[in-house]
Amino acid sequence: MLLLLQYTLIFASVLLLVALGGCFSEHSGVINIGLEGIMVMGALGGALMMKFLPEGSPAFQVVLLTVLASILLGTIYSLLLAVAAINFRADQTLVGTAMNLLGTAAATVFVKAMNTSADPDNVSSTIQYLEGRKAFLVNIGGFEFNWCMLLAVIALVIAYVVLYKTRFGLRLCACGEHPQAADSVGINVYRMRYAGVLISGVLGGLGGIVYIIAGVSEWKFENGVAGFGFLALAVMIFGQWKPTRIALAALLFGFFRALGNVYSGFDLLSSLNLPSSVYNMLPYIISLVVLAFTSQKSRAPKAEGIPYDKGQR
Amino acid sequence: MQSLLASLLCILLGLLIGYIVLLLINPAGAWEAICTIVENFLYYPSGAARLRYFGNTLVKTAPLLMCSLSVLFAYKVGLFNIGAAGQYVIGAGASLYCALGMGLPWYVCLLAAIAAGAVLGAISGILKAYRNVNEVISCIMLNWISLYLVNALLTKVKETASPYTYTLESTNPDAILPSLGLGALFSNNKYVTIAIPLTIVVSICVWVLLTKTKLGYELRATGCNKYAAQYCGMKEKRNIILTMAIAGGLAGMGAATLFLSGFEQWQTTQSAVPAMGFNGIAAAFLGGLNPIGSIFSSYFIQHITNGGAYVDKTMYSAQISDLISALIIYLCGFVLFFKVSLNGWLDQREEKRRSGKKQAESEKGGKA
Repeated sequence: MLLLLQYTLIFASVLLLVALGGCFSEHSGVINIGLEGIMVMGALGGALMMKFLPEGSPAFQVVLLTVLASILLGTIYSLLLAVAAINFRADQTLVGTAMNLLGTAAATVFVKAMNTSADPDNVSSTIQYLEGRKAFLVNIGGFEFNWCMLLAVIALVIAYVVLYKTRFGLRLCACGEHPQAADSVGINVYRMRYAGVLISGVLGGLGGIVYIIAGVSEWKFENGVAGFGFLALAVMIFGQWKPTRIALAALLFGFFRALGNVYSGFDLLSSLNLPSSVYNMLPYIISLVVLAFTSQKSRAPKAEGIPYDKGQR
Repeated sequence: MQSLLASLLCILLGLLIGYIVLLLINPAGAWEAICTIVENFLYYPSGAARLRYFGNTLVKTAPLLMCSLSVLFAYKVGLFNIGAAGQYVIGAGASLYCALGMGLPWYVCLLAAIAAGAVLGAISGILKAYRNVNEVISCIMLNWISLYLVNALLTKVKETASPYTYTLESTNPDAILPSLGLGALFSNNKYVTIAIPLTIVVSICVWVLLTKTKLGYELRATGCNKYAAQYCGMKEKRNIILTMAIAGGLAGMGAATLFLSGFEQWQTTQSAVPAMGFNGIAAAFLGGLNPIGSIFSSYFIQHITNGGAYVDKTMYSAQISDLISALIIYLCGFVLFFKVSLNGWLDQREEKRRSGKKQAESEKGGKA
């Protein structure tokens, strides 16, 4: 039971972080399908940092540097979307899809090259970070508390305050609802959209590293992040683009995802004898059903997905 | 013409960036590796081997072409069918289960794949038309659902010792697509079947359907402006569902063309949606969103993907060609920008030439 709670909380943290990232990007008016790729990049940055930090570094330092590395890489990678979508008015769905493929491919090529140069017989795309992962964990009576859970809560509070209580946040939302109107009162729409996409890079990168340290101590980068970025998008839509609702949605989805990991520990569930793929499918099926009932009154930012053109009326 | 130039520019830039990445990893073999990727089957010295591996590339081009047609068809109607990947997966599941589990002949398996893909596509279409669910999101969810579903289904017909499904040859040779002597043309490559000419016929049919028929006109009109189409008495809801069903059927058929040739077995422990459907997006955009252009762009993308398998494994990984095709998709986002600036440049030149002519004429007039 404790294990279920632990997994629920950690997966919910991942979904919350990434979905908040998507929320910022969409409120600025840019659809970010590329969250999956951003997560992979963030995971790569963090994993590399954990691998190369000298053994015996203080835990606080490991956590800080790892988080910073993943944020940095995620942000840089999100620039790809920002440049294409904002300056070159590219199709945002297309660019996001390309970023997902590119993220996994680039990470795999890089990690394989690194592994092979260290040891010619090693052609795997796996990075191990057993020591680094321990720095994130605090054992409280059998419950493995992960510092990232705290990070996710902090991110939620900050996101709520920034979006609703600051000038910046309100301007950001204006750019996603009616960029022409925002521009007419002197808001730089391009700069706001850059801010939105880069924030999604920060949170997406962070989500990536949290995801790979959630349950395991090595990661095979050929697998990417197994659709978690997409699940986060569903969480964002289910949360109607509002941080507090997103948090609740993340908990719900995190619970179903965690169930897939630990169902064999429950007598009732294992006696049902369902194949494991049923549990893997569950979060997606539920999100589809939920979306079917909630999308009618969708509160999506009005101008999302439409490139802003100053010259257009 | 501009589309062709823009696509070529994407390819060149993609290869260039790929080359730079190779240089960064290991400068010693970079040029050789990029040449290997571009050469693909020409890597083999003998003519017979070249023909055979050319055949292999074609075998995998067929499903890619179908996926790109699926994406293209939906895009023309204003829908982004990112679900081609899932429709491809469910097509593979349906065709293989019909072939291995039920022992049906190839044409039934092919139809089953088309039907399964169409149903999956129609689900997205219905959700879009009646429940206002964004087709991109529902397609992504369905991609994963169908992957796990097919893995579970095909576990029933897999070999006991490995995660792969039975081979068609040993279980049900009737389910293999007929070759009609085509294989003999490629130094007896038995995987070359009627699938390849069939997909080309399909792409021509898609072109005709989209540009020459009333239905195609209605579908495109719905894509341009749903409300205008509705006002003109077109059934916009039906059109959206029909489009997604057709797109899904195309992708499902793509899977059948590959898996019913016996070229590959399904691995029931796959944890990622196969890239074929996503590469279809690349092929569709690279082909300038034209069904005939798709034939060439699909071949090109498969060509470099296969070429990636031959790079020197001690230095680079085969994923380098995935990297290049991902870069090409990314650059396809800029195609519109390329086209606009190319047009602007051509217009400017035209204007200059005209004004130059005028000037020359007026000078002439002045002299006379």
